Amino acid sequence: MNAFFALIRRDLLLATRIGGGAGVGLVFFLMLVTIIPFAVGPDMVLLARIGPAILWVAALLATLIGLDRLFQADDEDGSLDLLRMSGLPLPLVVLAKVIAHWLVTGLPLALAAPFLGLLLALEPQAMAAVTVTLLAGTPALTFIGATGAALTAGLRRGGLILAVLVMPLMIPVLIFGISATSAALGGPVPFHTPFAILCGLGLFAMVTGTISAALAIRASEA
Amino acid sequence: MKLSVSGLAVTRSGRPVFSKLGFTLDGGEALALTGPNGAGKSTLLRILAGLLPPTAGSIEWTGGHDEAHFSEEAHYLGHRDALKPALTPLEVLSFWQSLLGQPALSPLDSLERVGLGHAAYLPSAYLSAGQRRRLSLARLLLAHRPIWLLDEPTAALDQTSETMFGSLVADHLTRGGLAIIATHTPLPIPTRTLSLRASA
Repeated sequence: MNAFFALIRRDLLLATRIGGGAGVGLVFFLMLVTIIPFAVGPDMVLLARIGPAILWVAALLATLIGLDRLFQADDEDGSLDLLRMSGLPLPLVVLAKVIAHWLVTGLPLALAAPFLGLLLALEPQAMAAVTVTLLAGTPALTFIGATGAALTAGLRRGGLILAVLVMPLMIPVLIFGISATSAALGGPVPFHTPFAILCGLGLFAMVTGTISAALAIRASEA
Repeated sequence: MKLSVSGLAVTRSGRPVFSKLGFTLDGGEALALTGPNGAGKSTLLRILAGLLPPTAGSIEWTGGHDEAHFSEEAHYLGHRDALKPALTPLEVLSFWQSLLGQPALSPLDSLERVGLGHAAYLPSAYLSAGQRRRLSLARLLLAHRPIWLLDEPTAALDQTSETMFGSLVADHLTRGGLAIIATHTPLPIPTRTLSLRASA
């Protein structure tokens, strides 16, 4: 367990040092959400209506940024070889790395959402709904992306292939994230139904993403 | 402790690298792997480290702490030094100590042992090639692991560091450890030699 937390701590440390790349996704998220009101025009009602969808789509795209480095950096410098020999089972290595990655990329998106909601003229209730659904949804996105990141770890410019691979798998998360948000704002379905499915997708992605990423890393050598 | 390898063969992308390779190594012995570039020295070390599956053959490890998980009994030092430029040598070694388990020397003591004590708090980006190599050697001292798999460990090392490396390996062998060292240059310690030939 000590090894597990040591790996999370190291990845957090690396992400926050120079060249670590923490905040890249957040800045991308900020840029997307800021330019959309300029494109849509000063229609407050329209913005408030599509605001949650804008935040969710922007969060999904921002998750893809930086995902390619999840295992690539450790693969390039040989750290991954040593991690595989460390005695910490490979799925736990993956789990630790993905948790650390989510803490520096996914979590900031959810926490920034209410502030960016201001730019989109969201009601306080909508801001709360987007934040809660992003908190539940971004881990699912990161775990889905982990498999793609493991598959493309050995590729030089794997970012594009990675996005193409994982984007279709992220669509269910987007659908239920948005439907939970609109349910919270008074839809025909109660909030907990789509939200429970969203959380379920997250847990499913956590198990399958961890195991399949570990398998992909192991297979990449053979 | 005894490591026996028999009938080992490996094919990489359709090309046989070596076949019917076998040797045994007892505790306290070192084996030097020699041979021209591409003969499969690094491949053999990666197979022994459990990073690559062999096509055929068996590796038996008896008398160790954990016979089933051979690769967790081994230290592997490859060409790539697993070093993060943004971290200091001390941070790097503390991290690997938590990961490797079975702690031996403390990170600071192992840095002193390889003559890098003065650089403990410097970002690793400032280290020279030889210093990076010495930092990798320091990693071997962090945890008790009976098998050392070293891939050209003396590359980029100066004369003094090479002597230091010799004494590290000698200490390890006196404690009953095993070492398998791929090399192109004569090693500063007595070893048995296994020559790999370039395959056609």
